[in-house]
Amino acid sequence: MKTRPPSPLALELRGLVKRFDRPAVDGLDLCVKRGEFYALVGPNGAGKTTTLRMVAGLLKPDAGSISIAGIDALRDPVAAKRLMAWISDEPMIYDKLTPFEYLEFVAGLWRVDATVAETRARELLGWLGLSPHAHERCEGFSKGMRQKVALAGALVHEPTVIILDEPLTGLDAGSARQVKGVLGERVRAGGTVIMTTHILEVAERLADRIGIIASGRLIAEGTLEELRGQVGKSDFTLEDTFLALVAKDGAKEAAAA
Amino acid sequence: MSAPATLAWFAAHELRLVWRDWFSMMTAGKRKSLRAAALALLAFVAFMHFMALLALRNVTDPGLNPDKTTLVVVTGSALLAWSLMISQAMESVTRAFYTRADLDLILSSPIAARKVFAVRILTMALGTVVMAALLAGPFIHVLAIRHGPHWLAAYGVVVSMGAAAAALAVALTVLLFRTIGPKRTRLIAQIVAAVIGAAFVIGLQVAAILSQGTISRFAFLTSEAVVARAPDAGSIVWWPARAMLGDIDALAAVAAVCFSLLAAAILFFSARFGEHAIAAAGVDQGRGRQARAAAFRGASPRQALRRKEWTLLRRDLWLVSQTLMQILYLLPPALLLWRSYGDGSGLFVVLTPVLVMSAGQLAGGLAWLAISGEDAPDLVATAPVPAGFLVRAKVEGVLGAVAIVFAPLLAAIALVAPLQAAVAAGGMAIAVIAATMIQLWFRNQAKRSQFRRRHTSSRVATFAEAFSSIAWAATAALAASESSLALAPAAIGILVLLVAREISPRKG
Repeated sequence: MKTRPPSPLALELRGLVKRFDRPAVDGLDLCVKRGEFYALVGPNGAGKTTTLRMVAGLLKPDAGSISIAGIDALRDPVAAKRLMAWISDEPMIYDKLTPFEYLEFVAGLWRVDATVAETRARELLGWLGLSPHAHERCEGFSKGMRQKVALAGALVHEPTVIILDEPLTGLDAGSARQVKGVLGERVRAGGTVIMTTHILEVAERLADRIGIIASGRLIAEGTLEELRGQVGKSDFTLEDTFLALVAKDGAKEAAAA
Repeated sequence: MSAPATLAWFAAHELRLVWRDWFSMMTAGKRKSLRAAALALLAFVAFMHFMALLALRNVTDPGLNPDKTTLVVVTGSALLAWSLMISQAMESVTRAFYTRADLDLILSSPIAARKVFAVRILTMALGTVVMAALLAGPFIHVLAIRHGPHWLAAYGVVVSMGAAAAALAVALTVLLFRTIGPKRTRLIAQIVAAVIGAAFVIGLQVAAILSQGTISRFAFLTSEAVVARAPDAGSIVWWPARAMLGDIDALAAVAAVCFSLLAAAILFFSARFGEHAIAAAGVDQGRGRQARAAAFRGASPRQALRRKEWTLLRRDLWLVSQTLMQILYLLPPALLLWRSYGDGSGLFVVLTPVLVMSAGQLAGGLAWLAISGEDAPDLVATAPVPAGFLVRAKVEGVLGAVAIVFAPLLAAIALVAPLQAAVAAGGMAIAVIAATMIQLWFRNQAKRSQFRRRHTSSRVATFAEAFSSIAWAATAALAASESSLALAPAAIGILVLLVAREISPRKG
C-alpha cells in the first residue's frame, strides 16, 4: 500500500464561509506551513475568532474546506483534533482541579500514555513557573496563572498545530514573556502556532508570517517586509502597515458599494 | 424623581435592579415582552388558585374563636411557611454579600454605606414578602371568598413574617461571618438556608413517624398527644395563628414585633454590612486548597471524563449540598423503614414512589451539572473523541453517582421485600434515564456556578423533569402493589417524554 507523503501545510482553508446575521467569514483562503508561527490580525469583528473556532471544530462552516496537516477536518474531525490544541482568550479550566490533575485529565482525553504525560506535565509546569502551585486547586489563581495552566494543557499531548485566540490578553509582562517563550520553543521544535492577537508588537516580534483579515476576508499576507512592500513604506511599523492596509480595503469596499 | 444619593433614590435604583433580575428570571434571560411574562404569571396564579381550591375544599371556617387543634394546625402551617421564608431570605443575604457586582462601585462612592445597606436589607425583605404573598395569596383568596374577608388579615401576617424572616436571615448570616469567617460562611450559610427550608417539614414527618407510625404531618399535628401538650388557647404563642384568622389586635401585635425586629436588624447590622461585603470579596483571592500529589493514573477518555465529573462534584461542597438536599427528604422514609423493618412488604409500597421521585430529581440535577454545567466546554469539544462518546461518558458518571446514593437503601429493602426492591429499582432506573434524557434534549452551556438558576434556563425542561418523575413514581407505586393501573401513569410518563423531545431544541 502506498502511503501519502505528509502535507507540507499545517493548515489549509479554502473558500471558508460562516454567516450569522451577516457574513462573519466570507470565502476565506488561508495556508499555514508546518513549523511556522502565523499571526492573524484584524480589526474587531473581522472574523478572526470565528475562523479559528471553525478550525478547532467548535463551529461548523456554512461552506468551504478545512485541512489540518492533510486531514480533512470536516470529514474526519476526530483525526484532525488529535493533532490540534485550542486555547481561547478566556482560559477555561476547572476551579476544583489542581494544574496537575487538569493535565492528567487532558492527557486522558488525548489518550497519552500516563508515564509520558506525567513527565511532560512536570516539564511544562516547570517552564511556565507553575511547579510551586501544581497541587493547589485552580480556584484562587489569577488570570495569568489560569492561562498558563490552559497552555500547559494544550501542550501536554504534543499537538502538531496549536491554535490560540488572543492568548496574551490580560497577562502581565512576566506571564506574557513565559507564554511567548514556550510558544517560540514549540515552533523551534517543529510545531505550528496560529494565533490571533490585538497586540501587533507580539505579531511583529514572534510571527514568521502575518495575515490581515477584514470583513471575513484575508486582505493581505506575508512577512512584515512583504506587508510593508504592499503599502510602499519600508519604514512603517506593523501598526502603521496594518492601519494603512485596513483603510485601503475599507476604501475599496466603499467604492464597490 | 427623587434627588440623587437619598434613601428614596437608592431604593428606586434597588427596586429597578430587583425588577429586572426577577423579569430576567421569569423569562429565562430571553428577550420576551412584558405582556408574555405577565400572561405566564397570570397562568401561574390561576393554577395556584385551582390548587388552593382543591386543597381547601374540606376546610371549615373556625371563626375568630378557634379550638386548640385549629390553632396548632394553623401555627404549624405558618411555621412551615416561615422556615421557607427564612431560607429564601438567607439566600438573598448571601447573594448580596458574594455575588453583587456593584459592591465596589457602591463602597467606593461617597454615599454612607449604612444608608445603602439599610435599603438593601429592606429590598431583601420586600423580595421575601412578594414571593411569599405570591404563593400564599391564592390560598388566602380562596379562604376569604368561601369564609369571609377576615381571612385577608393573613396577608398582614405574611408581610410581617417576611420582615421577621429578613431580619433573622441578616442576623444569622452576620453571626456566621463573625464566628466562622467569610470563606466558610459562603458555603455554610447556603447549607443552613437549605436545611432551615427543609428542616421543619422533615422534623414534623420524623415526629409523626416516631409518635404515630405514619408519615402524615397533619395526623401528627392533630393528634391528641400534641394538642394536649400545646399551650392553652389563650396563650401568646397562638397570636400569629389568631392574626391569620382575622383577629386585628393579634395582627397589630405580630406586625409590631416583626417590624421591630427588621428595624433592629437594619439599625445594628447595616453599618457593618459593608465591612463583611469587603471581607467576602477577598475570599477568592487566597491560595487554593492543596490536593494530594499522586502520579498520573492512566485512563481512557471515558474514564478520564467520569473521574473528572466525580472529582468536581466531590470537591464542590456547595454543589453537593444543593444536589443532595433532596436526599434530606429521604430521611423520614428511611426512618419509617428502620422503625418498621420486617413488618411486611406493605410498607415498602409506600416507600417506592419516594425513592423513584428522589432518584429522578437527583439525576436531573446531576445530569445538568455533567451535561450543561461544563466549565471547559472548548477543551472537551476539541478532544479527539466523537461527540456522542463524550455525552455517554458523562451520562455514565451521573448514573454511577445516583447508584452510589441509592444502592444501600435498595439493598436494605431487598433483604425483606425482594419484589418491591426490584420494582423500586426498575422505577428508579426509568426515572433516572428519563430525567437524564430531558437534560440532554434541553442542554444549554452554562457555568456550574449557575446551578441554582438551572430551572429558569428552560421551564419546559423543569416541568417535564418534574412530571416525568411524578409519573414514574406513581407507576412504581402501583406496580409495587401489583395493580394493573400502573400502565396509566406509565403511559403519561412516556407521553411527557415524547412531548418534551418533540419541543426540545435538540432531538435525539
